Amino acid sequence: MEFIVASSVGALTAAGIYLILRLRAFSTILGLALLSYAVNIFLFASGRLSIDMPPVLSPYGEANYTDPLPQALVLTAIVISFGMTAVLVMVALGAYLESDDDRIDMAEAAENAEYGAGGRE
Amino acid sequence: MNGQEAAVVVNDPSLIIIALLPFIGALLPGMMIRAGRNACAIFTALPTVLSLIMLLLLAPSVMAGQIITVELSWLPQLGLSVAFFLDGLGLLFAAMILGVGLLITLYARFYLSGDDPMGQFYTYLLLFQGAMLGIVLSDNILLLLIFWELTSLSSFLLIGYWKHLPEGRQGARMALAVTAAGGLAMIGGMLILGEIVGSYKLTDILGAGEAIRASDWYMPALILILLGAFTKSAQFPFHFWLPHAMAAPTPVSAYLHSATMVKAGVFLMARMWPVLAGTEAWFYIVTTTGLVTMVLGALIALFKDDLKALLAFSTVSHLGLLTMLLGFGTPMAAVVAVFHIINHLTFKAALFMTAGIIDHEAHTRDIKRLGGLRTLMPVTFVLGTIAALSMAGIPLLNGFLSKEMMLEEASHTDWAGSPWALPVLATLGALLSVAYSFRFIVHVFFGRVREDYPHKPHDPPFGLWIAPALLVGLVVLIGILPHVAEPLVRVAAGAVTGGTLPEFHLKIWHGITPALYMSVIAVLAGAALLAAHRPLDRAWIAAPRPEAKAIFDGLVGGAVGLSRWVTQRTHDGAMSRYLAIFVGSTTLLGYLAWRGGGMPPQTREMLPVPPLVLVGWVLLLVAAGSMALMHRNRFRSLVVMGVIGLTISVGFVYLSAPDLALTQISVETVTIMLLLLALHYMPKASPVESSAGRRIRDGVIAIAGGAGVGALALMFLLRDTPTISDYHLANSYEGGGGTNVVNVILVDFRGYDTYGEIIVLGIAGLIIYAVMKALLNGPAARKLRNTDYSLDRSRDRHPLMMVIATRVMMPIAILVGVYIFLRGHNQPGGGFVAGLVVSIALLMQYMASGFAWTQSRQKIEYHAMIGWGVVIAGLTGAGAWLGGKPFLTSGYDYFHFPPIEEFELATAMLFDLGVFLAVLGAVMLMLYSLSRIARYAGETVNREPMDYDPSADRTTRTTKEQE
Repeated sequence: MEFIVASSVGALTAAGIYLILRLRAFSTILGLALLSYAVNIFLFASGRLSIDMPPVLSPYGEANYTDPLPQALVLTAIVISFGMTAVLVMVALGAYLESDDDRIDMAEAAENAEYGAGGRE
Repeated sequence: MNGQEAAVVVNDPSLIIIALLPFIGALLPGMMIRAGRNACAIFTALPTVLSLIMLLLLAPSVMAGQIITVELSWLPQLGLSVAFFLDGLGLLFAAMILGVGLLITLYARFYLSGDDPMGQFYTYLLLFQGAMLGIVLSDNILLLLIFWELTSLSSFLLIGYWKHLPEGRQGARMALAVTAAGGLAMIGGMLILGEIVGSYKLTDILGAGEAIRASDWYMPALILILLGAFTKSAQFPFHFWLPHAMAAPTPVSAYLHSATMVKAGVFLMARMWPVLAGTEAWFYIVTTTGLVTMVLGALIALFKDDLKALLAFSTVSHLGLLTMLLGFGTPMAAVVAVFHIINHLTFKAALFMTAGIIDHEAHTRDIKRLGGLRTLMPVTFVLGTIAALSMAGIPLLNGFLSKEMMLEEASHTDWAGSPWALPVLATLGALLSVAYSFRFIVHVFFGRVREDYPHKPHDPPFGLWIAPALLVGLVVLIGILPHVAEPLVRVAAGAVTGGTLPEFHLKIWHGITPALYMSVIAVLAGAALLAAHRPLDRAWIAAPRPEAKAIFDGLVGGAVGLSRWVTQRTHDGAMSRYLAIFVGSTTLLGYLAWRGGGMPPQTREMLPVPPLVLVGWVLLLVAAGSMALMHRNRFRSLVVMGVIGLTISVGFVYLSAPDLALTQISVETVTIMLLLLALHYMPKASPVESSAGRRIRDGVIAIAGGAGVGALALMFLLRDTPTISDYHLANSYEGGGGTNVVNVILVDFRGYDTYGEIIVLGIAGLIIYAVMKALLNGPAARKLRNTDYSLDRSRDRHPLMMVIATRVMMPIAILVGVYIFLRGHNQPGGGFVAGLVVSIALLMQYMASGFAWTQSRQKIEYHAMIGWGVVIAGLTGAGAWLGGKPFLTSGYDYFHFPPIEEFELATAMLFDLGVFLAVLGAVMLMLYSLSRIARYAGETVNREPMDYDPSADRTTRTTKEQE
């Protein structure tokens, strides 16, 4: 199970990194959303994995519970990352509407890169 | 043997007040300038006078050999404390700083013109005075360093006071760059000293001289500290900033360059004398630097036409003299240095003020345009001449006494085995000093009265010449009756050496000594040199010589060019590039850290994997892969993202996190809606822009980063670490009154966090609203109107089935929200989830029935909802104060109202209500803002729930059929 969770975190991170390295704002936002999934799962998993032990106190005597603290932290993190995504989307949308372009690199940098890379496909 | 140890230490808190008064006083001039210039000057003088009086009250005990200390501990573990102490050296310097400060305040009142912002000037002056006072009184070297840097900063403000003059700005910048750079070096040196001694208390360090000199770190510490002192005291090769700092108003020059700023370096060398002096390295570095500076400064001074530049280089030269004396390392040389500090202060401050008077009255301070002022400005002539003669070292003036003693010391000090080097060069310095001092007198005051002064000069008002007159009075007094200064010199020099002093008496006649011959040679040859000044001056001007400012500018330019090159290489405006560098280097660092070892052994076994989980895993991996591969089709990638989010929430359910699952699924819904709304106005596809090579590179970075994070997660999951969570589990019911521990943590244990987070969320909502407002007032609005979105839109925008279904579902959805909210404290749920669920219910109305129709039924503004949420949460938290508990302590109790079963009410629920409202308001405000943009994009408004009336349509059809 641990491997499943860890590899999922890894896959989401890899996809997220690839997307934030793209040149368009929308892809970058998607990438950041994937990265926040990965981070949230990672944080949640820092309480270690356990099955059928929700941190809701049982009225029937002794029981085992999973670690509640990371869950509480991740809960707010999920909501906050939504807020962050929303702000980014709005800024990207504004930038696109004002400049007709949703590139994330500055114009002269793009030219330099072209010059330095020796052409592109 | 050690006099310092024998000294009585007295504790007196008034020392702190003395040190802080200038800083407190710095607040006054800015306010008092409204009451007029005199009031401003008086209120500047007030803190200085108070400090001075308090200092003089302490003076008798210091003169009696006591040391006054006071200490306020701040972080004793780090050796940080506010500690001051006053001994002879501190007393001398503090008295000079405050006394001259007072004279400068008076002088500046008459010097500054009506156009100069006087309040600002006095504020800077007091700040500077406070910083200087701090240096000389600090008993903690860390505190001393802070004051040291403060003098650099406040002198920057003072030197650049005439902001309109480019020379002023450049000079200020140069002074700051040089002295602050030296200050940085000194911080290093001081920290080394503190490490060697194990204490940052100056008094401890002064007592540990032998340990420091024996340490391997002595050399680095010495060099670093001397760098600080040399830059501050304008020693060669850092002497160049001082003349450029002359662009400051003359009161500043008089203050900074006679009594304070440049003396700080000398003070530091004197202070550290018992610790650092006495070694070969100290002797050669300090003496040689001082000697070179003395001769070079005097030589340049002779050929400067600007009166203030002449005085500036003469200051450089005299600072070199002091440095050289301290470098000798003998107690007697220290006595001479202390005596010369006093003498130099008196004549140099007076000379600067005289130069300022001349500049003020004749509107020029170029020596070649002056001359003949003797009859026009008799008072100034007398003051300037006496002070300059003292600088030249003419008998019956104080400059003579200390110069004579300096020559005496030089005459019996060997330098690198040669008995001649020091006396000859010292005499040369004295000779040049005589020459420029005579030049100051002769070329300015004597000669013909000219017709072409820029302004007809005459003596200034009393206020301007009284300050230099007082100083000149001291010059003469000490010159004729040297023994009046003897007690002060004795106690200050005793503090420098930290031991017993050799037998000495300050007197005019020492008999026929080598020093007397050297003095006579210096005076005669100096006068001869002045006679030959005209041809020499021509030769000097013609001779090529390195221009310090050009070199400095070149260095600064080079540094700027280098950093610009580095910046452009690394920060070229391409964000994708920064991110690649960031991810790559972070992964690499992580790898290096892992290679470093220290991984504890595995302590947990892996849990078994049922087949259904495997299906979810494959789904997630495929989805993540397709996101990366198919991101160009933006709609499709949003669908895939939904898949990922849902899979994750299912995973949360399986892994015992029901609260997270609920949150994740509702957040997922609003996120996708938000992105869909935004995508409506953006390109629907990302074009191919990067080359295959670049994509491969990014892929490699991504896979490396992902593999690193995945491996880290795996290692982490297979090991146990101590946790604090048991406390939360144990106290959730007892202390928080809830069985859902996650919710209790959110609203109770870590309520402060949650409170902060709803505020952040609310701010995010408001930002989005503000951006939307700004966009719709800018060119974006025009663009939105001119773009044709009709192709994207369905003709049937508000389908009948959906409208009906959402309306039926609305009360149910709200009820679900309320239910989730109410049970949150004991079962999975709570304010966050409830807020999201209700906002989804409302959003469905917007989607199904249209924006305007829904908006017209909305009764509460979303901004207000955010505000109420935060206020309710905050008031609930503050309510705990009424019960005498800390902020956000929750209380709960059980209630029983028949026929309902017994139930629990907790104040935490009220807090959760605040969370609920803030989340709801923020989410709605965000989506509402995006929808508002649609109106500008030409979307028509529907007043009715549906765009067309099916019954009306049927009527039309029926009519058609009839026809």
